[in-house]
Amino acid sequence: MSVLVYIENREGKLNKGAFELVSYASRIAKDLNTGVTALSIGNVSESELSRAGQYGASKVISINDGRLETLDNKAYTIAIEQVATAESATVLVMGSGFTGKAIAPRLSVRLKAGLVPFAIAAPSSYQPFVVRKKTFSGKSFSDVEVKSAVKIITLSPNSFGLHESPVSTAVTTFSPNLLDSDFSTRVDSSEKFSGKVLLTEADIVVSAGRGMKGPENWGPVEELAELLGAATACSRPVADEGWRPHAEHVGQTGKVIAPNLYFAFGISGAIQHVAGISSSKVIVAVNKDPEAPIFATADYGIVGDVQKILPELIQSIKASRSH
Amino acid sequence: MKLLVCISNVPDTTTKIKLSPDNKSVDLSGIQWVINPWDELALTRALELKETAGSSIEKISVASVGTAELEPTLRKALAIGADDAFRIDLNPQDAYQVAEELAALVKAQSFDIILCGIESSDYNGAMVGGMLAEQLGYTSVSSVSSLNLDGSNVKLTREIDGGKQNLTVSLPFLAIVQKGIAIEPRIPSMRGIMTARTKPLTVVAASGSSALTAVVGNALPTAKSACHMVDAENVSELVRLLHEEAKVI
Repeated sequence: MSVLVYIENREGKLNKGAFELVSYASRIAKDLNTGVTALSIGNVSESELSRAGQYGASKVISINDGRLETLDNKAYTIAIEQVATAESATVLVMGSGFTGKAIAPRLSVRLKAGLVPFAIAAPSSYQPFVVRKKTFSGKSFSDVEVKSAVKIITLSPNSFGLHESPVSTAVTTFSPNLLDSDFSTRVDSSEKFSGKVLLTEADIVVSAGRGMKGPENWGPVEELAELLGAATACSRPVADEGWRPHAEHVGQTGKVIAPNLYFAFGISGAIQHVAGISSSKVIVAVNKDPEAPIFATADYGIVGDVQKILPELIQSIKASRSH
Repeated sequence: MKLLVCISNVPDTTTKIKLSPDNKSVDLSGIQWVINPWDELALTRALELKETAGSSIEKISVASVGTAELEPTLRKALAIGADDAFRIDLNPQDAYQVAEELAALVKAQSFDIILCGIESSDYNGAMVGGMLAEQLGYTSVSSVSSLNLDGSNVKLTREIDGGKQNLTVSLPFLAIVQKGIAIEPRIPSMRGIMTARTKPLTVVAASGSSALTAVVGNALPTAKSACHMVDAENVSELVRLLHEEAKVI
């Protein structure tokens, strides 16, 4: 019996999301009186992987197989299944990003393991095994009992936080037994989005809507994001109009995010938009309409013209930092 | 070539959620039911592909697992343009069970391409597509934002962390589609609504699947405290609050 946590790397580095998952797995392992094994796929150095020990992983298994450079759903599923079986994992923890969404459901079938996706807390009980998740895009929560022997949980980002519990860590390598026929996805080309900070990983998100009047007015939005080390985002109409790329759309049908701080400039706050941002820790809204529904969701608000307030906000933050 | 779009019947996205008195279930009385938004986009894209000159798609089917109450939603899918519909007669307990039932249908009907919306707007699970692909041993790609046929291959674009990838896969294949796959969902025409009445909607008996999970309780979020309003002439006060009170910058 063990808790296995799958951690992702970005260009060989583990990020906050990976450490949050290890923290979460460690909490479950502690409750179950067992250990945590972290699994990494990709080219990550031993010293980088051993950082997982800071959050409680006593063992890290590294798969460095060039064929797994691309996320091939079938092959990834088989590789992770082999590690889960070798480790006798009874609980498997993954992130709920692109990889988790693609792989966790396939693993659920392969391991005949009940899956709780987008969990927001550690299990509330273990006998029975019950985990809470968001439902109806954050308008309610459901407590899900997992009845199978093996359980899979994908964690909503920024819902558990980082919790250090340092242990000494052994890094081992694992070579999955994969056939060429297990690979079925060919990559023809890739492109990277501009913007340094990933929307789904950002601590601060600067978002703007139709109140900006046009794409030519996005300069201050990007300037504020740059100043705060934040990601930029937008509302659905803005993406649909082609003012901003679809990848920036947050909301029910776009991305669901949970940063520490979310700025909504000129976004009225339709229910579908709020569904994508309601888990943010602090929401700031600026809108010229005092009746805009965004103010019902926001923690701080200013009624006013975004074109006037944004530059003032940038100046004010710069000023506050200079002394 | 036969294409299947899996349909989830969900409450309209503007529905206010109420719970039953014992919190064991969501109070579904008076709810307006719709096709899950992502499934609607998947169906729209399927129709666009079929209508392309020289398309090899002969038929588009839709399928859903549920009781007779979801039939109006399947009729709407027929009105939008699907050729036939299947309802698997079971009130499913979880996504695993839904996927198992859909897999039994696919094995009986042999579809070459399956499209699933990335998640349902009620349970927000993002599970059925991947589970169905694994049940069938199909290749699957998730977070697909563009999809085109190229002979016996499928060319598609998927979103990944910080970028996009253009991929080629061969059939049979299951795509889990997200925003971008189609721009606006198609609306049924008057003629579509008329012909939908006579299109086949087949009720299929459940195959004896079982669930691995169950919802045992529900809760509503606690009400948010009132928004702290800052005067538009005093933007520096907002910065102070974010720095000293909220401690987020």
